[in-house]
Amino acid sequence: MSNIRKAFENGKAFIPFITVGDPDIATTKKAVLAMVENGADLIELGIPFSDPTAEGPVIQGANIRALKGGMTTDKVFDFVRDIRRDTDVPMVFMTYANVVFSYDAEKFISTCRDIGIDGLILPDLPYEEKDEFLPICRKYGVDLISLIAPTSAQRIAMIAKDAEGFLYIVSSLGVTGTRSQITTDLDAIVKVVRENTDIPCAIGFGISTPDQAKKMAGISDGAIVGSAIIKLLEKHGVDAPAPIGEYVRSMKEAVLS
Amino acid sequence: MNERKGRFGIHGGQYIPETLMNAVAELEEAYNYYKNDPQFNRELTELFNEYAGRPSRLYYAKRMTEDLGGAKIYLKREDLNHTGAHKINNVLGQALLAKKMGKTRLIAETGAGQHGVATATAATLFGMECVVFMGEEDTIRQALNVYRMRLLGAEVIPVKTGTATLKDAVSEAMREWTSRISDTHYCLGSVMGPHPFPTIVRDFQAVISKEIKEQMLEKEGRLPDAVLACVGGGSNAIGAFYHFIDDENVRLIGCEAAGRGIDTFETAATMNVGRLGIFHGMKSYFCQDEYGQIAPVYSISAGLDYPGIGPEHAYLHDTGRAEYVPVTDEEAVCAFEYLSKTEGVIPAIESAHAVAHAMKLAPTMDKDKIIVINISGRGDKDVAAIARYRGEDLHE
Repeated sequence: MSNIRKAFENGKAFIPFITVGDPDIATTKKAVLAMVENGADLIELGIPFSDPTAEGPVIQGANIRALKGGMTTDKVFDFVRDIRRDTDVPMVFMTYANVVFSYDAEKFISTCRDIGIDGLILPDLPYEEKDEFLPICRKYGVDLISLIAPTSAQRIAMIAKDAEGFLYIVSSLGVTGTRSQITTDLDAIVKVVRENTDIPCAIGFGISTPDQAKKMAGISDGAIVGSAIIKLLEKHGVDAPAPIGEYVRSMKEAVLS
Repeated sequence: MNERKGRFGIHGGQYIPETLMNAVAELEEAYNYYKNDPQFNRELTELFNEYAGRPSRLYYAKRMTEDLGGAKIYLKREDLNHTGAHKINNVLGQALLAKKMGKTRLIAETGAGQHGVATATAATLFGMECVVFMGEEDTIRQALNVYRMRLLGAEVIPVKTGTATLKDAVSEAMREWTSRISDTHYCLGSVMGPHPFPTIVRDFQAVISKEIKEQMLEKEGRLPDAVLACVGGGSNAIGAFYHFIDDENVRLIGCEAAGRGIDTFETAATMNVGRLGIFHGMKSYFCQDEYGQIAPVYSISAGLDYPGIGPEHAYLHDTGRAEYVPVTDEEAVCAFEYLSKTEGVIPAIESAHAVAHAMKLAPTMDKDKIIVINISGRGDKDVAAIARYRGEDLHE
């Protein structure tokens, strides 16, 4: 069984995202441990990419800061090796296809298994292109996470049937970033998902407040939050781990309520 | 098994967010229908001929030929098209297609501004809304084109992220498209991005080689020995090459922007310094570092200042059917001045890269050989930048 399943065994899941190396590796480590301590069920670790086309300005900024700080794929691997001594929380990488491809996909994915990364989210790898990495992911037992968007329509069933780990449901059109309102008919999407798979699904994109998290977790199996956490890093810099911990606690409470 | 769509050898594909997948599927379906629709083709031909001024001339450059003392040189005058470049061919095709699909809004990226101007023009012609994304750096280098787009009623959004050049404009246009799909067509300007764009753009630009072939047969009774074109994303080059791909005796030469040289980091010569990667929706060659971070490329030419190349070019490179040579800023500027002084034709600095290589190649060929250079655009937009390069500060 995929380790990712464990993330959905503590009631509705709260899944925070963080870009590794923004603003530095020591802060990322403290922030991730604060997330785990405060109830995060699964951690999405962003490997920075120079041109993150699915990201809004906030996460773009985190990518640029991390790269300017000298972050590389090898350093992210070292970071995971280090933090795996302190936590066994399920963790997935979120990055772009070229980061995996250019490292040598087999070397990248086998390293994921060796260091304890449970899955891979690649927003620029749709269903039609997943054969690029799927056979290698299967070989090494790393889940390749599929995404479903508000525009997926008749594609939902096809994607859900073949999904692994968990399904990432994109709440809104556009790129990542906080939104005051989410208007997509997510109930309808989740209904089709449920008809086609029993793997859990979580909703991300645009979620920042406990109210939104509660609502999204009510519809699905969990809520994913990225930009709101990066904003705390922007605001507090190296002092961000404490407020991130508090924030994660409030969000986990909200999804459970 | 999944059918892997839009491949040129190993290149191409559809590496884009799920949010856009139905949009490209809808585009492909519409294109496959309309490309065989006689009515669509009649309308497009009429736009090409009556509005854009096609066919463009194939001009025998007598003075240049005599001066270089080798192969006979012909210029394919895409610079004479309405809006001053080959970009209008693709834009008229895509705008007509978008209109048929019921779209009311065009978005586009632009580097030098030529594609942005062409898109703004077509949007006006079809009564559509238009938003153009342009790297902030390029809005400075090509201020005149920014004004032209605004004059034509388009909104120009300067892109400040990354290197603030063409690649960032493409990224931002893609982001915009994911946020507004139902009424919006992304009018991509080159033979790049996810399938079906490389095929659609090539088909609309292929009119260039179709005409060259007919005109050459009429003037010389035979095919040329070499066709030269500049390559950034590669739309004018694929347009000039396409109908010659099966004529193996015709050399196809793409001229890349080497910037300050392919042994420096200030270059945009993807085939010469890049390696295989996945970016902007396609698998192809890209300038990137060892970890796959896309490199900040450089060229004096805003239109060639792109870290990748279209997937069909990558395939023509792999099979050896086409050659891709680097041309530096300095060589391109000299060619810009040379063609202006020799033939009275001021080429776009992009096209000057192809002229520069022709200046090296022609003298090595016999006088009975024939070269065609695709003059993809006119150089009015570049005059101030070239003056600056030569140390003169012009106020536009």
